[in-house]
Amino acid sequence: MFAALLSSIPYWGQSLLRVLGGLVAVLLPAGTVVYLFLFKMMSFMQSRLGPMEAGPYGSMQLFAEVGKWLQKEDIVPDAARPEARIFKLAPLIVLASTFLLVVVVPFGPDALFTNFETGIFYALAVSSVSVLGILIAGWSSANKYSLLGGLRAAGQLIAYELPMVLAVVGVVIQAGTMNLQQIVVAQNTGSIFGFDGIGNPYVITQFVAFIVFMIAVQAELTQTPFDMPIAESELVSGYMTEYSGFRFLIFFIGEFATAGVFAMIASVLFLGGWGVPFSWFGWTTIDSIDNWMNVGGPLILFTKMLVLVFFIMWIRFSFPRFREDQLQRFAWKGLIPIALANIMLTAVLKVAF
Amino acid sequence: MLAADMLIAQNVGFYIIAAIMVVGALRVVTTRNVVHAALWLVVVLAGAAAQYVLLAAEFVAITQVMVYIGAVMVLFLFGTMLTRAQIGAEDNLNNKNWFIGIPVAVLMFATMVIALNDGFGNEKLPMDAPVVTTQQVSDQIFGPYLLPFWALSFVLLAAVIGAIVLARRD
Repeated sequence: MFAALLSSIPYWGQSLLRVLGGLVAVLLPAGTVVYLFLFKMMSFMQSRLGPMEAGPYGSMQLFAEVGKWLQKEDIVPDAARPEARIFKLAPLIVLASTFLLVVVVPFGPDALFTNFETGIFYALAVSSVSVLGILIAGWSSANKYSLLGGLRAAGQLIAYELPMVLAVVGVVIQAGTMNLQQIVVAQNTGSIFGFDGIGNPYVITQFVAFIVFMIAVQAELTQTPFDMPIAESELVSGYMTEYSGFRFLIFFIGEFATAGVFAMIASVLFLGGWGVPFSWFGWTTIDSIDNWMNVGGPLILFTKMLVLVFFIMWIRFSFPRFREDQLQRFAWKGLIPIALANIMLTAVLKVAF
Repeated sequence: MLAADMLIAQNVGFYIIAAIMVVGALRVVTTRNVVHAALWLVVVLAGAAAQYVLLAAEFVAITQVMVYIGAVMVLFLFGTMLTRAQIGAEDNLNNKNWFIGIPVAVLMFATMVIALNDGFGNEKLPMDAPVVTTQQVSDQIFGPYLLPFWALSFVLLAAVIGAIVLARRD
């Protein structure tokens, strides 16, 4: 019925709805994550209250911050004058990659932007585009600290891209598909050694891949302990140093929106995404799912996303920073071999059972 | 003849993207800054990916984005920024043997035109050609084309080992 309703809307209307949906799917997690974790959780962990003035418990603080940033002057440093166009373009590339990323996330049986055959492969490819934006942001700032930050970021993101891809391969082998929607279905209709009470969330059967993936996500988001590129005590925020006003805001939104979207992708891959085990409600296939899941699904996914972002932020506020060489060694000598071993094991077990 | 056996939207899209790619390719060789050249090359490669999407080859398109934009171009930029990329225009950026490239490019172009014309002539893709799924691609690679795949893997392995040998000092 939902699908029929959707197809009764003209094409331009569908496109408009998709654009609005994309905005909500990117900005809502970003706002929630910033308020809930960056403002409140961090404050509580440091024995303070955090923002309290704007709105009840400071819940309107975000609007105050955004309003403040939008009023600020859009400064291009004198030395960066010759590259002003590239300097201004860089944050947009970073945010664009986040918007491209959310397109493949399924939110419900029919509530999705696109049912992409190679969904997870697309997500991994598009997420690597943001490196370009970060690199040229660092370079065009005409500032050695920014350039250093940009180069560190590029080295780090390339290094942690690999374990992320390799961790996903385990899930793809087990699900037998790269389509995110079908990965959700495979988890919620599956069984663990014949026990199908909770389906087969891959966080249990692919636990190694889950841990590797979440560490790689932490590094891709350049959150502490992997915040070498923006280390504020030595690089003065790295590639973001020279940005002010709404361009800094775009970097800021990009960072936390990407955190939200990556957490959504992780929950689709490992926690069963928007679904609940189908056997609970007597569903068998994706076509027999009740219609309310198109509303309930996004809420379930949102909850799972918040749980995962909670862990990301918890680690962020708890650990000191890796040194650059430790960081590279950890990726190349630690995570990648583990992920490769996981692929081999998964492939052998897949053939054996 | 026109609308009946042609996909209008796809053709319009093809020519728009092709025009952007040609402009980008020209700017790669005429711009006076290394980083700008690399960024124009990104435009060309992204255009190629878009053309693959128009041909319904989404796996190839995504691979193009992942390998060329996400990895190769990032390494290009990384390398140039680490060594020499300066802000603003740069003199003597051109290699003084640049004109040798022209006959090579013409020769390449002529070879490709002749080969494509020879191979396909006036043949047209059927309008309702079935979309090739990723599974079919992988079945082909790991089935009939397994030996060339292995050979390629060995070439890449040799390149990786060569890079390590060159980079290691001890």
